[in-house]
Amino acid sequence: MIDDFLWRALAGGLGVALVAGPLGCFIVWRRMAYFGDSLAHSALLGIAIGILLGIDATLGIIAAAVALALLLVLLQHQQRLASDTLLGIMAHSGLALGLVVLSFFEGLRIDLLSYLFGDVLAVDGVDLFWIYGGGILALAGLALIWRPLLAITIHEDLARAEGVPVLAVRLAFVLLIAIVIAISMKIVGILLITSLLIIPAATARGFARTPEQMALLAMLAGVLSVVLGLFGSLQWDTPSGPSVVVAAMLLFALALLGDLLRRRGARQPGH
Amino acid sequence: MAPDSTALDGSAEAAPLVEAAGVFVTLGGKPILSDVGLAVRPGEIVSLIGPNGSGKSTLVRVVLGLLKPDRGSVTRRPGLSVGYLPQRLRIDPVLPLTVRRFLCLPKRHGDAALKAVLAEVGADYILDQAVQDLSGGEFQRMLLARALLRDPDLLVLDEPLAGVDFAGQLSLFTLIATVRKRRGCGVLMVSHDLHLVMAGTDAVVCLNRHICCSGKPEAVSQHPEYLALFGPKAAERLAVYTHAHDHQHALSGAVLDGADGAVMPGPDHEHGGHDHGDHHHGHQESSNRS
Repeated sequence: MIDDFLWRALAGGLGVALVAGPLGCFIVWRRMAYFGDSLAHSALLGIAIGILLGIDATLGIIAAAVALALLLVLLQHQQRLASDTLLGIMAHSGLALGLVVLSFFEGLRIDLLSYLFGDVLAVDGVDLFWIYGGGILALAGLALIWRPLLAITIHEDLARAEGVPVLAVRLAFVLLIAIVIAISMKIVGILLITSLLIIPAATARGFARTPEQMALLAMLAGVLSVVLGLFGSLQWDTPSGPSVVVAAMLLFALALLGDLLRRRGARQPGH
Repeated sequence: MAPDSTALDGSAEAAPLVEAAGVFVTLGGKPILSDVGLAVRPGEIVSLIGPNGSGKSTLVRVVLGLLKPDRGSVTRRPGLSVGYLPQRLRIDPVLPLTVRRFLCLPKRHGDAALKAVLAEVGADYILDQAVQDLSGGEFQRMLLARALLRDPDLLVLDEPLAGVDFAGQLSLFTLIATVRKRRGCGVLMVSHDLHLVMAGTDAVVCLNRHICCSGKPEAVSQHPEYLALFGPKAAERLAVYTHAHDHQHALSGAVLDGADGAVMPGPDHEHGGHDHGDHHHGHQESSNRS
């Protein structure tokens, strides 16, 4: 039955990579890497909330992430503390609070490592349902707000002056990030989710001329990372989540090197 | 009614496209605008000048409806379409973007419309270039093109000449005047460049958190508050070009003389102005053709 769990892991990983690519592009373009990381940290609190309320963990994570994002928007209106300070406070408070709350459940044995770094080989049918259901929802939502979100990313005031409903689009985007974080948990875990959003997008940048090209290439880079990472993990018996991230990192380094060589090659014949 | 409206009324008959009156804005406890008003009518270029931190961009945001004033009113003509060119827009190199994709935000436009509007701003060759590869002048033309795609009744341009070299500033300013004439739209323009402002606009509003003075360029340039803000030199330079207010060329001459800092006597000055002006005029035409 080795085949079965490996296929499920692959299916889950590919699903996450396909959603994380385009969404990760926006996280890179909007310089929200730390924001994504903070939301991911709050996921542990979401799991605790899920257990507390007796709802599905994925829903709990989405709820916690959305609540954190809204809280941040509110707190940003005060001007004493900068956004990155607020994010740092929330990220680590969320993580710590999650751990504390979880410790109250007696007799509950949780595998903390699998939450922190993912456990892709334990992906089951329900997880796949969440990944593909949530993933399709997230991609459809992103397609819907693609153009206005791009306009806001370039210049918020210009977009607003042109009639884009800025607040609604931004809230929708935060909701999409929350969904993607929730469904990626199982694959790479809390601590590594941001890497799956950011590294494929950064890998794609050098080869893209339009935002849409970059999104598609980020999907491709994510898919390659998942395939290489999982088979590498099987081959050398390494932890699967971190292996996927290492594969993504290697692809990024390769792309960077290729980009550098290409630029140098493009410059030299001219001289 | 705005306190300055009498001054502006002289240049206009039609009802204003947008009118702000008695506007007060406080940001972070600091008063940014106090009892400020202005009006822009169809076909009119109104320039907003003032030192850094005088609240120019804040007033622009109020006029655009992006910022709600604490007090005062902003009245837009019903159904008014506004084209906006924001100040210091910079596109992060991490975002791959062609001019075509930029112009198709936030709404898609057909190929013909894109080519036509780029031809109108004299930059039809940039359609498929990456925005990061554009020169300062090309970038501003692209922004103007996006504003024009909305078929605006009112153009709001926040420092449209910033980041553009001298020759480029002149042809860009001429372009704005041409667009205004061809389309008959009103223009509200924030500018640092007193010379161009004074030469080519119908009304000037001089702002320093309150309205220092407003009205026709000639009148504003003699106003004591204007002189206090920009110094007597500004008035001298203005005197130079009011001599030839009806000449397009003189506009460039005045600027170039300002650039080397020399304040020269009238006749020489004007002569030099014509030389430079002709040169740039030719440049402008050739760039339109290419």
